[in-house]
This record gives sequence, C-alpha cells and structure tokens, in this order.
Amino acid sequence: MQRYVVRRIAALAATLVFVSLLVFAVVRVLPGDPALIILGLEANPDSVARVRQELGLDRPMPVQYAQWVGRALRGDLGRSIQYDLPVSTLILTRLTVTLPLTLLAAGLMIGAAIPLGVFAATRHRRWGDYLTMTLSQLGVAVPGFWAGLLLILFFSVHLGWVQAGGFDGWGQGVWPALRSLLMPAAALGLFQFAVLARTTRSAVLEVLREEYVKTARAKGLAERRVLFRHALRNALIPIVTVAGVQLGQLLAGSIILESVFYLPGLGRLTLAAISARDLPVVQGVVLFVASMIVMVNAAVDILYGLLDPRIRYG
Amino acid sequence: MRSHPGRHVTFVIGLVITLALVATAAVSLVYTPRDPLEMSIAGRLQGPTLAYPLGTDQFGRDLLSRVMRGAITSILVGVIAVGIGMLVGVVFGMLSGYFGGWLDEGFMRLVDAVQGFPAILSALLLAAVFRPTLTISMIAIGVAFLPVFARLTRASFLEFRDRDFVVAARALGAGDGAVIGRHIMPNTLPPLIVQATISFPVAILAEAGLSYLGLGTQPPNPSWGLMLREAQAFLGLNPWYAIFPGGAIAVTVLGLNLLGDGLRDLLDPKTMA
Repeated sequence: MQRYVVRRIAALAATLVFVSLLVFAVVRVLPGDPALIILGLEANPDSVARVRQELGLDRPMPVQYAQWVGRALRGDLGRSIQYDLPVSTLILTRLTVTLPLTLLAAGLMIGAAIPLGVFAATRHRRWGDYLTMTLSQLGVAVPGFWAGLLLILFFSVHLGWVQAGGFDGWGQGVWPALRSLLMPAAALGLFQFAVLARTTRSAVLEVLREEYVKTARAKGLAERRVLFRHALRNALIPIVTVAGVQLGQLLAGSIILESVFYLPGLGRLTLAAISARDLPVVQGVVLFVASMIVMVNAAVDILYGLLDPRIRYG
Repeated sequence: MRSHPGRHVTFVIGLVITLALVATAAVSLVYTPRDPLEMSIAGRLQGPTLAYPLGTDQFGRDLLSRVMRGAITSILVGVIAVGIGMLVGVVFGMLSGYFGGWLDEGFMRLVDAVQGFPAILSALLLAAVFRPTLTISMIAIGVAFLPVFARLTRASFLEFRDRDFVVAARALGAGDGAVIGRHIMPNTLPPLIVQATISFPVAILAEAGLSYLGLGTQPPNPSWGLMLREAQAFLGLNPWYAIFPGGAIAVTVLGLNLLGDGLRDLLDPKTMA
C-alpha cells in the first residue's frame, strides 16, 4: 500500500520534471530569442542585451533551466513585462475567476451526468435510454464555446434576462458573482457532461450484470436499494476516474469560455499576454496549468489504486 | 453474428453526414456560389436571402461559400493533427513496449507530462513564441493526441512481444526491426485505426476552438471557429452569422462520432450486446 503510493509520487515527480523541461524547451531551446520576442524584431541591440541579461539569457542553458525551476519551486515564476507584477501574483488573482468557474462546471457536470447515466442504464434499450444517449451525442458534438454563444444569443440578446458576460468580482457578494459564472460554467461543462453520462450508463449497465446484483435481487431487496447500495457503489470507480481526468480538461477548457463571456481569468490573462509579447506570463501560466493537470491525473490514479486493490497489485 | 453495415442506423447516418462533408469540401475546391473572399460593403450582415442562402458577414462576404470552404480547413487539420499524434505516439509506444525497462519508464513519464498539455495549452505557448498560425494549431492538437496513441501501441507491443510467433521469428534470426515491423506492428493496427476515427472529430473541435481564440487559422481565410469569433461582435445585428458556422461544426462532429461508433460496433463483436 505505502509502496504503491510512494512509487506513484516518485513517478509524479519525474513527470513534473518533464513538464518543466517541455515548457523550457519550447521557450528557450527552439529557434527564437525571447528577448527579440519581447522587444520585437526592430529592437536596438543595447536593449536586447539588457533584456537578455535581466532574464539571465546570457548564461548556459542548463544553468538557466536550474535557476528557472528552482525559482518556480519557491513560487517565483518571474515578472510580467506588461503589468510589472510577479507572474505568480497575477495567476493567483485570476484564479479567483478560473477556479470557481472550473469547479462550478464540474459540479453541474457531475450533478447532471450521474443521475442521467443511472436513469439511462435502468431504462436500457427503452425510450429513456435512447433519449439520454441522443442528448449526450449532441453534447459531445456541440463545441462549448458555440454553446456559450447560443446561450448569450438566447438569454441576453433575445430575452434580455442576463448580461452577455463580464464579471464584477466577489466584492459584490457571492450570489451575483456565481450568477455571472453560471452560463459559462454550463457551456464549459456540456461536453464533459455528455462524456460522463455515457461513462456512468455503461459502468452501471456492466455492474447490473454481475452475480452479486442478481443475489441482491434474489434476496428480495427493493430495486432502488439494489441500484444505489450495490450497483452504483461499484460502478463509481470508473466514474470517479473519468470525472477526475475531466477536471483537468475543464480547467483547460475554461480558457476558451472566459473569452466567450469576457471573464477576467487565466485564459484571458494569457491571450492578452500573447498580444503584448509578455512571455514570462505565458510561460508561467502554461507551466502552472500543465502541472495542475498532471497532479490531478496522478491524484486520480492514486485514488483509483486505493479504491481498487486489483490496480495496486496488477 | 455481425449485422449488415447497411442496416446499422448509427453507421449509416454517420456515413451519410461524413460523405456530405467530404463532398462539400471537394466541391468547394472548384465551385462556391460566390468568391468566399469577395467583399460587398452594401450587403453586410444580411440574414438568409435567396441570393445569400446563409446570409453575409461583416464585410458582406457570402457565408454559404465561406462555410463550404471552411470544411477543407477542418478536414485538413483533422487529418494532419491526428497523423502527427499517431506517428509520434506509435514510435514512442513501440520503443516503450518492445524494449521495456528504463526506456519504457522514461517514455511513459514523458507521455504523462505531455498529457498535461491539452491542445489549447500547447497552442498558447507556441503562439507566444512563434506567432499564431494554422500550422501551430495542427502541431498543438497533434501533440495532445500523442499520449493515447503511445499507450495503445505500448499495450499491443507488451501483449505480442513474447507470443510464440514473435519468439519463433526471432529464433529464425529476425532482427529487432523485422520483428517490430513485420510481425508485431500489423497486429497493433486495428485499435489504432479505431482510435484515429475517434480522434478525428476531437481534432475538428479543437481546431474550431483555437481558431475562435485567434490561435489557429488567420483571417481572411475561412474557418468555422474563426467565423464564430468574428460573429460574436454582431450577435445582435445578425444572429444567423453565429448559428450557421457553429451548426456546421456540430453536424460534422456528430456525423464523425456516429460513424466511429458504428465502425466500432461493426468491427468488434464484443460490444454487440
């Protein structure tokens, strides 16, 4: 047990080293001088030399990498050129939008997908099942950002019920803030909702064929009890795995939805940084988000092993 | 018993939509109702009319012609991105599964790391370093597919590398290259083909998303995602502008998904309950 967890954590550490190497490689090793990217190709040689020195670009590659990773580990991701603020401060500020958006989308996704998937499984090959599966086919096909645009078109432009986007911050109270995140979260969670509903349906269907379910039914247990006590509990393992991996996808997807709804989160920070040639910000955000995704995936993996001994010893 | 492909409803609907997509793209190479780049300031942001069945955009360009031409971009990105992911992923998975040991451990951690970079994240980083282009979006999407192809190939190689026919081939003096290329590789193909059909619509969705953010296809070239980006500013003036390109994406992805599901059912008797 302990060995399994230690081994997984060691693997995670190795993976994180690769994540940092990949980011570093794209920014530093691939052709292209960060100083020129920041200053533009017409920059005068003196300022290029100054920026190169400020960024430590005049030192050997391995030294630069070691310094960059060392600082990143202490939470120092460099300084934004555009805002003249630490990149980590910018990330933390913008996370107050991106993280609630991601979690709200995850909540909506799980809250809708699991009951619907169970419902479909219990109506296997009847209209309820077909209807649910058709819905989920549509959910997988509709791009989230287009769903967002359609929501704006309907609720804001057509009905005029809500504003078409924007976010006034948490200072105005939790409810108004949550309300402006609701439409984006629904659009963001749509695709993953459809995937999770399908996963839940097939996981429950599979468990319902097991012998212990037959035994439970033979004992005369009520169908509801069989379903929730015996079937769903066991079906949860694959469901939790998929949902966990989806968390990372939602975090990445929020970058697009923030643009649709003009939310001042990590995604818009990064897009603006690309236009402003603010390389430290882009590098910092990408490193941060990729590391988060890898860590969530590893956590799900560890959890999976804890829940299911067959994985641990397999 | 295998059902006849012609009677598999999912498969047939998927096939019809996919053929329509390919036909649209092919036709748009030689014919579009109007020049997709021709502007007409007088006819800006019109709704659907007889002259412009899908209406016009903010420069008065014909949306039908642009949506048709956009199909080429989608197919192109789908094929190239999946191709990149498959090619690199298969090489990684092959070396990992065949040689095992430290090489395997290293490659798999690298693959775990790549999994931390969904297309959007790689595209942001690459766009910051190189400027956004269609090529960059294809590479970013391809990289995102690498892990799944690497894992699939690795699993197949682990399964086959110690089988009798492989051991026999080796005993007869076949080198690593011949064992991999001639004896194991052909057996790994069916799951890879299924995965490629599943990945294709995902790539189209990713391209649309990146173009929407301005990280993919650049104006004035038609791409469905880019059209939606431009349409957003005019939602109140011409809602159709935002509806048709998005509809094209959704129908295309739906068709490809149905085709993939149908193919999987038809090819794999295990899933036929």
